Amino acid sequence: MSLILKTEGDTHVVVTRRFAAPPKSVYLAHTTPELVQQWMLGPDGWTMPVCVMEPWPGGKIRYEWANGKGHSFYLTGECLEMNPYRRLVHVERMHLPDPTPDNHVETIFEEDGDGTLMTMRMTLPDGATRAAMLATGMEGGMEASYVRLDQLTSVQVPATANS
Amino acid sequence: MLNLDATFSGLADPTRRAILSRLASGEATVLELAKPFKMSQPAVSRHLKVLETAGLIVRRVEGTKRPCRLSGEGLAAVDEWLNVLRAGLARNYDRLDRVLAEMQPPTE
Repeated sequence: MSLILKTEGDTHVVVTRRFAAPPKSVYLAHTTPELVQQWMLGPDGWTMPVCVMEPWPGGKIRYEWANGKGHSFYLTGECLEMNPYRRLVHVERMHLPDPTPDNHVETIFEEDGDGTLMTMRMTLPDGATRAAMLATGMEGGMEASYVRLDQLTSVQVPATANS
Repeated sequence: MLNLDATFSGLADPTRRAILSRLASGEATVLELAKPFKMSQPAVSRHLKVLETAGLIVRRVEGTKRPCRLSGEGLAAVDEWLNVLRAGLARNYDRLDRVLAEMQPPTE
């Protein structure tokens, strides 16, 4: 299914994606550590050995990624508002290892037929910070997670959770 | 080779974005650009230099003038970068699709 990522105004980045599953499932997959660990991984070869996600207002978030070759980085954040199973608001920052400016993220899960339309709206403190995040912070963070094009285009062996 | 940092910092200034908007409607000289922004020519020239380095504009020589116009190169680099980011996120969400498919349907 197609993902749309766009910048909006001076300070926002908006991501939309449709899922076949209903909002409750998608919400739970974002707020249950054991589930987050299975998908929020970036390119193949990366795992999330530490996943703290306390799904209540004021709850802590800490995701640590590692590639098994000595590279790792982490993200910390706090949950701000939780409206099961419709809306999450949290703040996050990457540690590279210096923390990036706070990224305020609102994620909305709307019913869309049998599935879910997810809209994730990131808000950075100002245009310069967004530019810096897109150019360095996010890239730096997601570099490990996302950026290598060759990894992105390499043959993917699905992580078969044979349960 | 364009530096993406330069392109993003080129875009990270309201005056420079206003200059780009003006150039979207056609070529302009420093003098023409300086007028609506109530800025000195040297100040505009500095912004133009940044935009040029960022690959967002190009300038040609016409007698003593150096008119500017938009260049797709910088924006293409940003777009390409966003595409990489998009691809990374897409991969995460493809994985999430599989996680969701394996989840028990939620009970109401």
